[in-house]
Amino acid sequence: MEIPQISIFLENRAGGLADVTDVLASNGIDIRALALADMADFGILRLIVDDPDRTRTLLKAAGFTADKTRVLAVEVTDRPGGLASILRLLRGGKVNVEYMYSATPTKSGRAVFIFRFDELDRAIDVLRDAGVAILPSLNAV
Amino acid sequence: MSTWNDPAGGFLAVSTPDYLPRARLAEIQLQRLRSVVTRAYERVDLFRLRMEERKLTPASIRGLEDLQQLPFTVKNDLRDTYPFGLFASPMEEIVRLHASSGTTGKPIVVAYTREDLQVWQEVIVRTLASCGVHRGDVIQNAYGYGLFTGGLGLHYGGEGLGATVIPISGGNTERQLMVMQDFGVTVICSTPSYFLHLIEASQAMNKPVGVRVGVFGAEPWSESMRQRIQADTGIRAFDIYGLSEIIGPGVGAECQAQAGLHIFEDHFLPEIINPDTGKVLPDGTEGELVLTTLSKQAMPMIRYRTRDVTTLVSEPCSCGRTLRRIRRIERRSDDMFIIRGVNVFPSQVETALLQVEGTLPHYEIVLTRDKGLDQMDVRVEVTPEVFSDKMRSLEAVHRKLGDAIEHVLGIRVSVSLVEPRSIARSEGKAKRVVDKRKL
Ligand SMILES: [Zn+2]
Repeated sequence: MEIPQISIFLENRAGGLADVTDVLASNGIDIRALALADMADFGILRLIVDDPDRTRTLLKAAGFTADKTRVLAVEVTDRPGGLASILRLLRGGKVNVEYMYSATPTKSGRAVFIFRFDELDRAIDVLRDAGVAILPSLNAV
Repeated sequence: MSTWNDPAGGFLAVSTPDYLPRARLAEIQLQRLRSVVTRAYERVDLFRLRMEERKLTPASIRGLEDLQQLPFTVKNDLRDTYPFGLFASPMEEIVRLHASSGTTGKPIVVAYTREDLQVWQEVIVRTLASCGVHRGDVIQNAYGYGLFTGGLGLHYGGEGLGATVIPISGGNTERQLMVMQDFGVTVICSTPSYFLHLIEASQAMNKPVGVRVGVFGAEPWSESMRQRIQADTGIRAFDIYGLSEIIGPGVGAECQAQAGLHIFEDHFLPEIINPDTGKVLPDGTEGELVLTTLSKQAMPMIRYRTRDVTTLVSEPCSCGRTLRRIRRIERRSDDMFIIRGVNVFPSQVETALLQVEGTLPHYEIVLTRDKGLDQMDVRVEVTPEVFSDKMRSLEAVHRKLGDAIEHVLGIRVSVSLVEPRSIARSEGKAKRVVDKRKL
């Protein structure tokens, strides 16, 4: 159900993000989703890629601190309030969202959101019980 | 010299002076002190002039305590007499020159006669034996070869011991790791910060460090850093001490007890002084280490102020050596800087960083002045151990580092989390403080 995500520590310096994407591009890694969380001095870059283990190894060798975490990719019906209904569901199930960001829509135009939960299993139960589509990967979308 | 090549683990004849009864050692020290003071007085202008100013002659040295009447020598004396002004031997008798890089201006130059080199080799043999190195060991000597005394000093000592020495010198991390793995290295000699760098790189390359003994020196490091190196790698990490002005490495070394460094007192006479008044302090009191060479010919050093802060320990050691010990040197009086009226040693910052779980001590202190106000920024590399995918946790680490430093120093300073390897790695001494306050 859950999919692997690579998180990378970045200083807020010019070219930091480009250094990461250069490593991935030159090794033929495909980025499916990307989000940058930013503080004044440092940030965390989060990536969904087609080969997470290789990505992690490549980034470590290039001198980055990178970690693998598990997230959920949730497909949201394409109508107003689609995301709101998902968040309501989670609130009702008392599941805390650590953070979330949007991924590229599916070919059929459906929105995809990446969620990071502390209690991943509970989140899966709540979403599945409500019939929400959890994508097994972003590779096919 | 042939008696040095004793079988592994056997009694090493060259180590005999380590175990001399104190009374016998004192006799040897006094005899050598009188002879070195005579040599310095007769052959070096600076020493003679300073003694004459105080109405002293070599005959004034009747007992070891008379050393206290003699004037100090400081690093600037070597700079002022650059390059050869303190030599006590003609060039025909000098067989080696080394130089230490001063951070500013001219280097200082040191000289060795053939006998000096023999003494140097002997004290390094004793150093290595004290760290548990023996014949059959394969030593990867990653100290820099060249003008720096570390490389060649350990090199000839290792050979004198009968161990196998790989003169790899510093740098080229990948080759270091390859050699370590392929050549069956059992002993590594390097600065502690360079070894940390090697461990880090070996983890990135999935190459385990399979070494038994680490012989680390040339820069101050802390007990907590030792504990971390030993826990992370399974090696036993020993501290050695020396400085070019005195001989290079080989002035003192830890033994298996790892409770202070025995000074090779038959060649180097230690004193501890109050750095402000110059008064000699009793054993057990912290102060600046002062050393007098007892057998150096080419360049005798009388009461040389090392700027290293430590304590002389005269209690017997469990290893049986009768030589007094110094506590491991975690700071130099030179390293101290003052920020907003507070005296700060980099080692204090290191202690604070290590208190925050999982932080390897790759850090740098940057001092700046903004509108007349001093600012201190501690740049700390984010290791996998402290990194979190959650911003809250990372901020918590950031705050904890600031708190721990404030707790130790008593002032709030800024902390920057930086990417791994963004702080320059040194192959010699780690540079912990970057002072940009110069106007
Ligand atoms: Zn001992």
